[in-house]
Amino acid sequence: MFKILRDMLRYNVEFAIGFVLTLSIFLFALAHFWAPLPDTAIYLLPPDMPPSAQYWFGTTSRGQDVLWQMSSAIWNTMLFGLTVTVLSRLLAVAVGMLSGYLGGRWDQALMTLNDTMIALPNIPILLLVYFVMRDSMSWPVLAATAALLGWNYDARLIRSVTLSLRNREFTRHAVFAGMSVPQILVRQHLPYVMPVIFFTAMNNLIWAIGLEVTLSVLGFSDINRPTIGGMIYWANQHQAIIAGIWWWIAFPIIAIVLLFLGLFLLAISVNEYIDPRSRLSRMGA
Amino acid sequence: MDGFAKYLGRRLFQFFLVIFLGVSLAFLITNLSPVDPVEQSVALMTNFGATDPRSVELMRQALQELYGLQGSMLDQYLAFWGRVIRGDFGPSLSAFPTPVMSLIMSALPWTIGLLTLSLVITWTLGNLLGALAGYYRSNLLLKFSGAAVMALHPVPAYIIGLCLLLAFGFIWPILPISGGAQMNLQPGLTLDYLRSLIVHGTLPALTLVLVGLGSWFISMRSLVSNIVTDDHVVYAELGGVSSNTIFSQYVARNALLPQLTGLALSLGNVFGGAVITEFLFNYPGVGRLMIQGIYRGDYALVLGVTTISIIAVAVAVFIIDLIYPLIDPRVRLS
Repeated sequence: MFKILRDMLRYNVEFAIGFVLTLSIFLFALAHFWAPLPDTAIYLLPPDMPPSAQYWFGTTSRGQDVLWQMSSAIWNTMLFGLTVTVLSRLLAVAVGMLSGYLGGRWDQALMTLNDTMIALPNIPILLLVYFVMRDSMSWPVLAATAALLGWNYDARLIRSVTLSLRNREFTRHAVFAGMSVPQILVRQHLPYVMPVIFFTAMNNLIWAIGLEVTLSVLGFSDINRPTIGGMIYWANQHQAIIAGIWWWIAFPIIAIVLLFLGLFLLAISVNEYIDPRSRLSRMGA
Repeated sequence: MDGFAKYLGRRLFQFFLVIFLGVSLAFLITNLSPVDPVEQSVALMTNFGATDPRSVELMRQALQELYGLQGSMLDQYLAFWGRVIRGDFGPSLSAFPTPVMSLIMSALPWTIGLLTLSLVITWTLGNLLGALAGYYRSNLLLKFSGAAVMALHPVPAYIIGLCLLLAFGFIWPILPISGGAQMNLQPGLTLDYLRSLIVHGTLPALTLVLVGLGSWFISMRSLVSNIVTDDHVVYAELGGVSSNTIFSQYVARNALLPQLTGLALSLGNVFGGAVITEFLFNYPGVGRLMIQGIYRGDYALVLGVTTISIIAVAVAVFIIDLIYPLIDPRVRLS
């Protein structure tokens, strides 16, 4: 594991940049545990202070330090993204592997359901869920809803991998040796599916974070809990652009763009590592 | 022709299944939620001072009737289907007494126009760039433009739109940042109105194009770079077929098939991006209508827009499914 990491840092520039970016943003987010003030407190500092030696990224019109707000915001946003990713991976793996291995009617039924889910527009459904939940909406509920909507593309990918494993010799050996279906799937097939799960997880994380930013920018989540989208929401509520409080909007945008860039670079370099053909073409073969 | 009929039957089944499940889902979400839309609307209307309890009770009954919330769950479900088929979601609460359906119908052309135009541009440009980048792997210009669109692709539509809005609305104000057309112009086929439409649509469309380009680029590039090593391409190269013909007839045409399927699969997501973009640029489409409905607590409007968007996306997917056999001869002939 560490050897792979070392090799990739050394030979893959994209991975190195992505790794450093993501790691530094993660450490920055981790720092919020040592923040001097609670992240939900407002009007404790002088409002609208431009960036200075005391307040590096300035303060908001609500009297919060932009730097520490961002630190908690990134943490909360990443926590949301990871929750969605883990939940939706469980669904994608279960549906994809069962569908690919069982085949026949099961496969048809599950994939029909899968294609139906893909054709449903996510954002209107999430907005409807928010609309009917209103104040009872909390981030775990939102994460669960997002996970229910975000597994279908990847279930198809995982299915196609399992489908190719199904007729391999070792699967037949396992069946004759008397292994049950769950045993075969978990012990025999899961190791082959793992790379796909890992790659789709990166893409799903990017999607989930984007979803969180989108919804909280509109104020459709718990607005008192700092998130990147939530910061932009409050900045818009206080007309920060027109009032010239540019630091309230600019720094969160820069942070989120850097995070996306880091995660995306990680995703494509991991994909390249998994797919040996593109690794060969990189080496000039 | 037999193969085509079978294909059509399967797609038609999928089409009705999507609509059936989507509409049922919309019904379930609104009915299983702990919040009662009637109580919510009543609270919204009575929180500006004391109201006579009798008139509150009357209001409650009227709203229940209006939203079709009387009787058992099954009655309500069947009544909801009746309303969907009739296209009658009752009057909008925030724009009383305009029916929700006429609000949606006046917003829908804006969304369809914006989405169709930006989707055609995105898909064509993304596939062309991706195919070229996959075929001419060592071209520096293609590498750089590829890196640029790929870096933009994970960023959500709202952030890209906000940056464009700041850039072209505040820092270098050359484009309008709000609305679908100039307010004081009479809608019609005049040159002025068309120009105003284009100018107002530029930033929203550009946002959607920038968001979408990357994914088409990435998948087309990897498809093409795999096809290039296929036997039939190598054979054509050895046979002396010109590289232009190889590129367009042997490589790009084959790679376009999965991309067309991808277009159908991506529509649901693309629609979500359009909702946000419309809201950001105050574009008068269904996305803005829905978000305004949420802010104003307009139950009938939000439910109506969700249902219609599910149906509209399903129709669009079905249209693409109908185009597919024209490009893929295997579906027509098998």
